[in-house]
Amino acid sequence: MKLLVNFSRGKGRKPIIAQVVRDTGVLINVERAVIDSSEGEALIDVPDDACRLVRDRMADLGATVRILEHGVSLDESECVDCGACISICPREVFSFDTDFRLHVVEERCILCGKCMEACPHHALTLPV
Amino acid sequence: MRKSIDQINQRIRDGNAHVVTAEQMPGIVAELGEEGALKEVDVVTTGTFGAMCSSGAFLNFGHAEPPIRMERIWLNDVEAYGGLAAVDAYIGATQQSTTREEQYGGAHVIEDLVSGKAVELRAISRGTDCYPRRTITTELLLENLNQATMCNPRNAYQRYNAAVNTTDRTLHTYMGTLLPSCGNITYSGAGLLNPVTNDPKLRFIGSGVPIFLCGSQGMVIGEGTQHSPAGGFGTLMVTGDLKQMSQDFLRAATMTGYGVTLYVGLGVPLPVIDTEVVRATAVRDEDITVDLIDYGVPSRNRPALKKVTYAELRSGVVNLNGDEVRTSSLSSFRRARLVAETLKNWIERGSMELCIPTRPIDPKKQVRPMHETVKGPRVLDIMDRNVVSIGENEEIKTAAQKLLKGETNHLPVINTKGRLVGIVTTFDISKAVANPQKASLVRDIMKKKVVTTTSDEAVDIAVRKLEQYNISALPVVDAQNHVVAMLTAMDLGKLFGGRWLK
Repeated sequence: MKLLVNFSRGKGRKPIIAQVVRDTGVLINVERAVIDSSEGEALIDVPDDACRLVRDRMADLGATVRILEHGVSLDESECVDCGACISICPREVFSFDTDFRLHVVEERCILCGKCMEACPHHALTLPV
Repeated sequence: MRKSIDQINQRIRDGNAHVVTAEQMPGIVAELGEEGALKEVDVVTTGTFGAMCSSGAFLNFGHAEPPIRMERIWLNDVEAYGGLAAVDAYIGATQQSTTREEQYGGAHVIEDLVSGKAVELRAISRGTDCYPRRTITTELLLENLNQATMCNPRNAYQRYNAAVNTTDRTLHTYMGTLLPSCGNITYSGAGLLNPVTNDPKLRFIGSGVPIFLCGSQGMVIGEGTQHSPAGGFGTLMVTGDLKQMSQDFLRAATMTGYGVTLYVGLGVPLPVIDTEVVRATAVRDEDITVDLIDYGVPSRNRPALKKVTYAELRSGVVNLNGDEVRTSSLSSFRRARLVAETLKNWIERGSMELCIPTRPIDPKKQVRPMHETVKGPRVLDIMDRNVVSIGENEEIKTAAQKLLKGETNHLPVINTKGRLVGIVTTFDISKAVANPQKASLVRDIMKKKVVTTTSDEAVDIAVRKLEQYNISALPVVDAQNHVVAMLTAMDLGKLFGGRWLK
């Protein structure tokens, strides 16, 4: 399951993710992270059964954590199955099925938004 | 064995025609052989669905009360061309909205009309005696228009080169998003389903031939613009009624960072009359090769990195210098199939018959690059078209009068056929007047060796002549040596402060 972690770097610059890994013993996979001088945002992937444990521990350390139920979503009425998104996605979320219909594996999505920009038909949106 | 179009049409009318899509043909020929396929199949349907920028529609709005002669026209803030009769306009697919830029354009207006949405028409005019009204704003539905005729100058490219980007930055092109360092490959086209690919000699695709166009029964007008079948890049100009079209086969789109375009669904039925048709329609994706072009080079002549087939492109990965590069199609193969299947269905139902082109399309044409004229000004831009000339047999006195009247210092001299034979200047006349006994006719005093220029010569070259010969005027002559204008040192002043110096 994917968690979106937001943390302020204002106080102490604590190594939150490393701390949580040590405290809980859960192996965290960082899929995407944007960190600047004042704040950071990381998209992490953790085993489903450890999701709540990781979330609670991170919240204790001052981070805001949101469980992401959804990745990119496809509006089938706008999609024409061209496939412009397929080669753009860094995580191979998109592929054609045997009928050349676009197939989306939402779980792989790291919400980078590259496909949204590349879609000529505005058929892809990220959850807010 | 041979079949005639009439026989095939009779079968269509009887409901017995055997229609297949171009995708099925390679298999049928492999199984039955060419003769067998010819016996078995009557019609092969083709189809393509992709971005076709060179598209648009003629619209007629009917007259308002009081009437207006619309000069500038906007539909949902997208400007339509109004340089036509009072209430006619052409909305081009790629024209962008004045308010929403690349998020909305002519293609979206066309899609909105087809999908039944209201579109706001705004127009302005100077007002005339017969059309007094100066402005109009109204909401229109497709059904409110008298005519809404799609007319696309260039559709259905036979094939299209694939795109890649060798630079270190992401490029936004009409071939979609191209990732840096050859991070992906994009391509367009329906491959083995493409109409012209299945009839490369254009035996059955030509003027008047019925087609599927965005869900309507349309027609081929003739060759498309940039038609270049000699190199495998034939195109079609097509038309159809917007009122019969369906959003399933007509979609507005935006190529991020490039602009608006229209996805068009187009299919052509091909009659199977002989084994040559069978062979042409048995084409496979493996047989259709295109260049992989580096869009990182901003030139008309972009380098090709390698040749690839539609089979490779459609497989999802292409090997490029040892790397597996993922591919993206920009056109929809699934919808192209749907076009070919819908067309097949129409013909099986008997709602479309076939015909021979009323005028064939040239299958050997080769597109040429733009004829670019010299960048700087040419003589015709500044020359003086008021030519005062004199006949060679006129008296010197007449020449003097002409010089005075014409307020000029140079008189080109012409013979009885009107051709340039000499030139006289105020200096020549003065000299002759000062020595009256020597000569009386123009031909006696004129300079016979005339330095001339032509209207399409670069001004820089003409100036060089003036300097080289230490003269101040050049007659501008045509191919027959007729004087069409004069270029004097004074005309060069037009270059200063004019549009040539920025």
